[in-house]
Amino acid sequence: MTPELKGFLLVSVVKLLVVFTVTLVGVALLTLMERKVSAWMQYRLGPNRVGFGGLLQPAADGLKNIIKEETLPGTASGPLFMLAPAMAFIPALTLSSVIHWAAPLRIAFDFTLPLLGRFAYDALTPMAVADLPVGFLFVLAISSMGVYGIALAGWSSNNKYALLGGLRASAQMVSYEVAMGLSLVPVLLLTGNVALGEIIRVQQDNAIGFNWFVLPLFLSFFVFLISGFAETNRLPFDMPEAESELVAGYHTEYSAMKFSMFFIAEYANMVTVAAMVTTLFFGGWDIPFTRWDETPGVAQTLATGVVMFLKVFFWLFFFMWVRWTLPRFRYDQLMALGWRVLLPISLAYVMLIAIAIYLMENVLGLASGLARLAVLVAVNVVLGYVVFVSLDRGILISGSRGRRAAGGGLDRAA
Amino acid sequence: MAIGVKVLKRPDRNVSYVRATLKGLAITFRKMLEPKVTMQYPEEKSAPEPERGAWAISPRWRGTHRMLTDEQGRSKCVACGLCPQICPANCIKLVPGEDEHGNRYPLIYEIDEFRCVFCGYCQEVCPEEAIHVGVHYENAEYSRDRFVYDLERLSAQTHPVSTLWDPSDPKGE
Repeated sequence: MTPELKGFLLVSVVKLLVVFTVTLVGVALLTLMERKVSAWMQYRLGPNRVGFGGLLQPAADGLKNIIKEETLPGTASGPLFMLAPAMAFIPALTLSSVIHWAAPLRIAFDFTLPLLGRFAYDALTPMAVADLPVGFLFVLAISSMGVYGIALAGWSSNNKYALLGGLRASAQMVSYEVAMGLSLVPVLLLTGNVALGEIIRVQQDNAIGFNWFVLPLFLSFFVFLISGFAETNRLPFDMPEAESELVAGYHTEYSAMKFSMFFIAEYANMVTVAAMVTTLFFGGWDIPFTRWDETPGVAQTLATGVVMFLKVFFWLFFFMWVRWTLPRFRYDQLMALGWRVLLPISLAYVMLIAIAIYLMENVLGLASGLARLAVLVAVNVVLGYVVFVSLDRGILISGSRGRRAAGGGLDRAA
Repeated sequence: MAIGVKVLKRPDRNVSYVRATLKGLAITFRKMLEPKVTMQYPEEKSAPEPERGAWAISPRWRGTHRMLTDEQGRSKCVACGLCPQICPANCIKLVPGEDEHGNRYPLIYEIDEFRCVFCGYCQEVCPEEAIHVGVHYENAEYSRDRFVYDLERLSAQTHPVSTLWDPSDPKGE
């Protein structure tokens, strides 16, 4: 091996260890945060017995799950039953490797170790385990893999509730994948690139150092966020484990660490979606209204890392906040929302943004970033008014009874 | 007393889901910052005294029994047999005895607190005000037979006794 390859491997392994350790510990702490936030919203205190303020609660839960008995239902399909948690777990963790967690840093070293030989490395290193050129396409592809784990878990359990949960999960995730993919096309239109590093660069690149896509692409952000909730099976879309109907859904038959792996996968997916929302629409690690963070340096990397953490943390909190606010959707409402609301909105939005960009570039000839931002924001204000004030009326929460009364059907026939 | 019924406006078909959601989010966030109501149980306990405020237990609380004793430390019970007679759960075992002066006293007096339904009839029916239900709630034991309280144990209890409901003064004033 050349010294450069060894240096690259060393840097990659270090990044890998750091990101996975932080993700796994973060996921453990997220379970605590979920319980704390839910408690606070219900006037309770939440777990506060283990460790200082309950901080060691995840460790206690983990220990309990490791020493618990693993059950295997007699009629379950053994190998698949064992495989399913891993198939949910691995894609969820893989996704954290493509997220850019901080500003790139120039790392340079050249040293020689006994036995291993010389290591050499000198490059501007992005703070992601793998800075993939396929960017968010990789995220979309791998996040859809997670559904295999859930569907297999439901099927191999040989339990009707688990099977229904698995079926719902696959239908739901496949449906929302469509809207999610389409909602990202406008981002591609604005950046001309799917690489996450490039998307972040475009979002800090104008005269005021603030070009977060949440402003020019608000509807995309909105659709992406809702699809993100559906993709991670979080409330209000947690159909696959709707406990009032399906016991515990796809993981009814799982116990101990295998159950824990589904749990970790769900939270890791939440981290990914939160990080993706941040990266795609809130500038990633960008500190707004300053261009200081664009020149590489240790201070910049640390500061942007903190900013990225705060943004991701906010979105994780938002996930929990929504969970303890909204009741669960009914299954047909969920499907109607995905196919009849989000899909047409994102399709129309792609067309309108494409037209707007074409007009700005070829007819109006706007070159300055700020002017283009202003035009797109204006377009979004108009579209936002149409969607949130005119369209969003009685689409979602009308009961089947109300819809039947309005659209004909059983009630009118009676 | 009239029952206050709050009629909520049901969402009609033209409600905007997004704006309703935002309103809900605002409510949950506000609630999150408000003071919590959890009682930190083993450190904080409810007690019968009125100064315990929100955590006070009612003086009419009917918990595990207590047998009152006279000045010589003997139980006040005269083994009349009214309490096992009235007990709907049949949890009181009483074997009467008589001393050389002709005074009746219980040879065996046992209450199975597992069978007891804590109705308080025993206290109500007792002519000597001997057996009482108590204002007490921490009764954990390591074995089931520890829940059969004998006379010695019933007399050794120190917790306050329950005040029975008085029909002529229904609110305890």
